[in-house]
Amino acid sequence: MNELITPFRLSLETLDRVQADKLFQQALTQYSPIQAVEKLVVPALEQIGVAWEEGSVALSQVYMSGRFCEELVERVLPPSDPDRKHQPRSAIVVLSDYHMLGKRIVYSVMRASGFELFDYGRMDVDELVQRVLDDRLRVLLISVLMLPSALKVKEVCARLRVAAPGIRIAVGGAPFLFDAQLWQEVGADAMGHSAADAVSLVQRWMEEMQ
Amino acid sequence: MNTIAMNSMQRTLTALGQQEPDRVPLFLLTTLHGSREVGLPIQEYFSRAENVIEGQMRLLRKYRGDCLYPFFYASIETEAWGGDTVFLPDGPPLCGAPVIQRPEDIDSLQPPSVADAAGLGRVLDSIRGLKAKVGDTVPIIGVAISPFSLPVMQMGFDHYIELIYEQPERFERLMQANIDFCVEWSNAQLAAGATAICYFDPVSSTTNIPRELYLKTGQQVAKRAISRIKGPTATHLASGRGLPIIGDIADTGTAVVGVSVLEDLAELKAAANRRVSLLGNLNGIEMRHWTAAQAELEVKRAIAKAGRGGGLLLGDNHGEIPCQVPDEVLLAIGDAVERWGRYPLDWVDDWTDPKPA
Repeated sequence: MNELITPFRLSLETLDRVQADKLFQQALTQYSPIQAVEKLVVPALEQIGVAWEEGSVALSQVYMSGRFCEELVERVLPPSDPDRKHQPRSAIVVLSDYHMLGKRIVYSVMRASGFELFDYGRMDVDELVQRVLDDRLRVLLISVLMLPSALKVKEVCARLRVAAPGIRIAVGGAPFLFDAQLWQEVGADAMGHSAADAVSLVQRWMEEMQ
Repeated sequence: MNTIAMNSMQRTLTALGQQEPDRVPLFLLTTLHGSREVGLPIQEYFSRAENVIEGQMRLLRKYRGDCLYPFFYASIETEAWGGDTVFLPDGPPLCGAPVIQRPEDIDSLQPPSVADAAGLGRVLDSIRGLKAKVGDTVPIIGVAISPFSLPVMQMGFDHYIELIYEQPERFERLMQANIDFCVEWSNAQLAAGATAICYFDPVSSTTNIPRELYLKTGQQVAKRAISRIKGPTATHLASGRGLPIIGDIADTGTAVVGVSVLEDLAELKAAANRRVSLLGNLNGIEMRHWTAAQAELEVKRAIAKAGRGGGLLLGDNHGEIPCQVPDEVLLAIGDAVERWGRYPLDWVDDWTDPKPA
């Protein structure tokens, strides 16, 4: 399978859907759908995420790769498939601001990696806290673009620590990339540098929670 | 090197001419700090040109910068296209719902008239008012969102990426409408007294699109727009990366590139190769909790890397300093520029960065 990862990644980066589809189908001849996702799609998206952090791949490529992989995986692992990872109960949200691309990318990459999670869209603090409690979430992913929104994560974390002890909160977005201390300042459990980081974080938390 | 004291305009023009002025020009691009300075909520502050004129003049005196920046907020442009703005108490106003709901909407899209847009009129009044106060002694920086980057607000970034890749004809139609608007808006600001236009083009950054796509899209759009703008432009990538395309950006005819803290200023200076000047690259997000000593170190580091020979306007890397950055930091930056920004920068050869990257 390893020999497929690099060509699959390159086909995603160059938006060569035909080639990416062909390589994915090739993986499916050897593995079950969830194994193909974990052995081919997840590593390729991880590599693309690292390349974006390093500056050698652009956000447009990350977005299109995630969207395409989401479609590929959806075909073989529909939301109702028992192999989909519905636990821990997770959601993603854009807090306060109106910039949705980061959330959209993480959501696609999570689903392309076999996870099912709630998409809360955009919410303010009060609405978000209430929804997290109503849905009995165990993992919350918060995406922001603007600094004031990032600072509002502090209130979300403080209130959820009291009302939902044990919840894990990860943050991502530009303010956290430009200020390495900010995720700790707002009280998050972790930050993601790229969409692929969200997958590894949730996987790790999933194992810790079992 | 020039030892005669210069005014801000002389200092800036000398630096842009790749010569050494009396000191490194300081371009502190502060907007929301003006509302605090005049004691008004953000929405009220931007509701009248007189407020912004007063705010900008106070900030100029207080922080000892070398430019005026009568930029209101980005979505004031999409207001002209029929959009709205969401005002926050503690941050830059945000763009409301996209004016292009479906790609098909582009087929009948017509650029609005600048003269009919009340918000743009307030910006023009601010520029006129500032020009009346400073004449030709201080550069007044107008702002236009690039035709290539405006669609992020017009239709949402995700839908726009899909449009670029999947619908080239509609993309071209949108670019033509946006170019016409951008040119009219830029030229109106120049006619009102702006010295130059900051052409905000974050989508062109290699953070957002690969270079090969930039060469086919953002660069071509910039060439078409900038060639019709009747004054100098500064292309700003709003903290996105630009090192791999800095020569390509210079080819668009722009005079300055706003550069990111994610890249090394010395490498950027070398890549610019005196074809464009650099604006940047202090970290505005991190600046919020800098001490005075950190501010001084960051200023020294930037000047040491890129100050020699002119061609550097020291500023933040995003094109707008967050209002959460306290006065003490901005004043410390001004002090550091006064102390370490005086040419001929003799100290640079003997200086060792205590915390090199």
